[in-house]
Amino acid sequence: MKIRLLLGALTLLVAACSPPQMAPTFISEGNPALLSEWGMMQSDGSRLTLSDGVMAFDLNTPLFTDYAHKQRTIWIPDGLQAEYREGEVLDFPVGTVITKTFYYPRGENSDEVVRTNQRADGWRSDGLVLTDLRLMETRILVHREDGWTALPYVWNAEQTDAHLSRAGHIQRLTLLSDRQNSQDFAYVVPNANQCAGCHAVNNTTRELLPIGPAARHLNRVYEYPEGPANQLQTLVDAGYLDTWPGGDQTPRAAALFDAMAPLNERARSYLDINCAHCHNPVGPADTSGLHLNFNAPLNANLGLCKLPIAAGGGTGGRHHTIVPGQPNLSILLYRMEIMDPASLMPELGRSTVHDEGVALISEWISSLEGTCA
Amino acid sequence: MTFKTSVEFVRRFACLTISVGLVACGETSERDLAGADRVFQTQLIEQLIDAQPGDIIEIPEGIFAFDRSLSLIVDGVTLRGQGMDRTILSFQNQIVGAEGLIVTASDFTLENLAIEDTVGDGVKVNEGNNIVIRGVRVEWTAGPRTENGAYGLYPVQTTNVLLEDNIVIGASDAGIYVGQSENVVVRRNRAERNVAGIEIENTFNADVYDNVATENTGGILVFNMPNLPQRGYQTRVFDNQIFANNTGNFGHAGTPVASVPAGSGIVINSNDDVEIFNNEISDNRTANIIISSLHSANYAGYAAQDNFDPYPEGIHIHGNTFSGGGNDPDGLDLQALKLLLVGPLGRMPDVVWDGYFDADKLIDGTMPDALRICLDNSDAGLVNVDGPNDYASPEIVTDQHQCSLAPLPAVELAAAR
Repeated sequence: MKIRLLLGALTLLVAACSPPQMAPTFISEGNPALLSEWGMMQSDGSRLTLSDGVMAFDLNTPLFTDYAHKQRTIWIPDGLQAEYREGEVLDFPVGTVITKTFYYPRGENSDEVVRTNQRADGWRSDGLVLTDLRLMETRILVHREDGWTALPYVWNAEQTDAHLSRAGHIQRLTLLSDRQNSQDFAYVVPNANQCAGCHAVNNTTRELLPIGPAARHLNRVYEYPEGPANQLQTLVDAGYLDTWPGGDQTPRAAALFDAMAPLNERARSYLDINCAHCHNPVGPADTSGLHLNFNAPLNANLGLCKLPIAAGGGTGGRHHTIVPGQPNLSILLYRMEIMDPASLMPELGRSTVHDEGVALISEWISSLEGTCA
Repeated sequence: MTFKTSVEFVRRFACLTISVGLVACGETSERDLAGADRVFQTQLIEQLIDAQPGDIIEIPEGIFAFDRSLSLIVDGVTLRGQGMDRTILSFQNQIVGAEGLIVTASDFTLENLAIEDTVGDGVKVNEGNNIVIRGVRVEWTAGPRTENGAYGLYPVQTTNVLLEDNIVIGASDAGIYVGQSENVVVRRNRAERNVAGIEIENTFNADVYDNVATENTGGILVFNMPNLPQRGYQTRVFDNQIFANNTGNFGHAGTPVASVPAGSGIVINSNDDVEIFNNEISDNRTANIIISSLHSANYAGYAAQDNFDPYPEGIHIHGNTFSGGGNDPDGLDLQALKLLLVGPLGRMPDVVWDGYFDADKLIDGTMPDALRICLDNSDAGLVNVDGPNDYASPEIVTDQHQCSLAPLPAVELAAAR
């Protein structure tokens, strides 16, 4: 509990120049209309701060969402804690509230945002300075008695609060790469049912689950105000997690931009976080027979020389999911590069092409050996 | 010769044919949405989110425009319109979502409405029991185009499925596609101008009857694909009208149906225990019935699972009425084959078999009865096109296939509603 108290003190110190603090609240039923009712974070329009006990975290390789940055948080009611799980998401108690706030650096004009790669901003005790940021949405995942519930909130123009938007929302934006290059795209806030499109990772039980906070994604160093520390260790120190085996004993997903990590690990990590919530042996996309989870064996079910089943135009005229050594003949890459909603993958959350992801998977396919003939 | 070469042939000339066709019948375009209701979308999405088991969601008469897909995740819900020509859900302006409606729930009924111009599939039901879709029209309103969505009605990994009285037009893959399912009844539907009219794939225990399949590339398909958790067998196709499925193949290269020659009435590929009887099958210009193996379906080099059985076995064809068809096969190679067999004015036998069989299953040189391809259909003929020997010695072998098999059991749906 030490760190939580310490953080509380820090928050108090900066309270003078921050929005008024609210207490994090587990709302056990219903659909609160405002994000602020949850008390996880607060904004006065110039600064977004986290409440006492709300812990920011990041993932080794995150899901790509149109170059949006994401601030993720976990809060667990006092006296409760999550249980460690090695291969899957941590087992969080009822009452847990996880948030993910999507934002961009602003461009010069309204509805212009700047294309930058996601990175861990670190946990700034003085919060996110909003002057140059465009807040898009905050998604709440709350663990209630009857399971996890997903609620999407869209930020108001003043950036002081976000409103529940269960039917989803489409925001037209322009993504600026630099002065010469920009592209218009539709930023899509999913509706509450669509949240299950990713978070019901087992299409038989259809239980909604968090995806990111699994040991392999969390096992990394994060910049806390007190200095860098392993996220899992910090969760244990804070009393949020019962235990963890330590860095060497804990699986660790490779980071997309970690030049030191082996190509195969980075590629499999990328496919895992971007695809495996559906493409796993019990997921909604098990109908395709294509499994892209991090521990799927390297065979036809991972796409090697695999025939498409129900891809329709998603084949791009190509005949196999992965043709070793031939990214430009591989359906997998086509589906990452195409923009047509009928064919693009993932089905939700991508309205632009993730050039860095395409480059990684292309390089990986190029490195694979063998032929399909 | 393979179906692949015939497809390449189609590919080269079909666009021409199709575009000429479109021009000839006047400019075909999608439905005009000028007067469509664009506000209802949010209400319906919220109704679907708030749905409780037992709810009936009624959609009023009108044309409603959507810019994103609909999804339902609650069991026991009925979604009902006021008729397939009165309640129209148009997805022409869709910018997100791979389907018009995606359902991941059981005890679901969809009825009496139309879903039009989705960017991807019309209606997909992914895993569920007791699924009823009736009186629904799924249509791509500009007619057959490669850029149309893949499937019209698409239940996959479902059990106890009833698809009846639906109309599906223009799908770039299959109008009605039932995948990896069990206990399925597909009846009284009309499938036209799709690549495949009705396709039963990797499905166990299906009855397909009283349907009309016309002007598709292939009328009714019963397929098995490798690398999937469920293999398909036991399908009855009977009392259907399957005629003039001669539309040029406008499927996407690489998809299984892209290998189907234009003018195919019924195609069985790698599936077992299929009974085809009492159908009226006519004027399908390549062949009224094709029986084939994955080996000849342009999948050279596929990485099938080790235990995948690519041979069609236990096929029983009886009591069908054939007329016309087989007169003008799709593709130069099939044309040459026809010339060789029956001359310029003749027509191919009603049943065309690619000739692949599993030699390991022979007992004393003959195929056990239960695994045979049986033709017990008055004067209909069967040709073995000798695929295993690169089509060197095609031969009419009707006499070798005169046999019959025990009838398959009728499908009984657990919860007929």
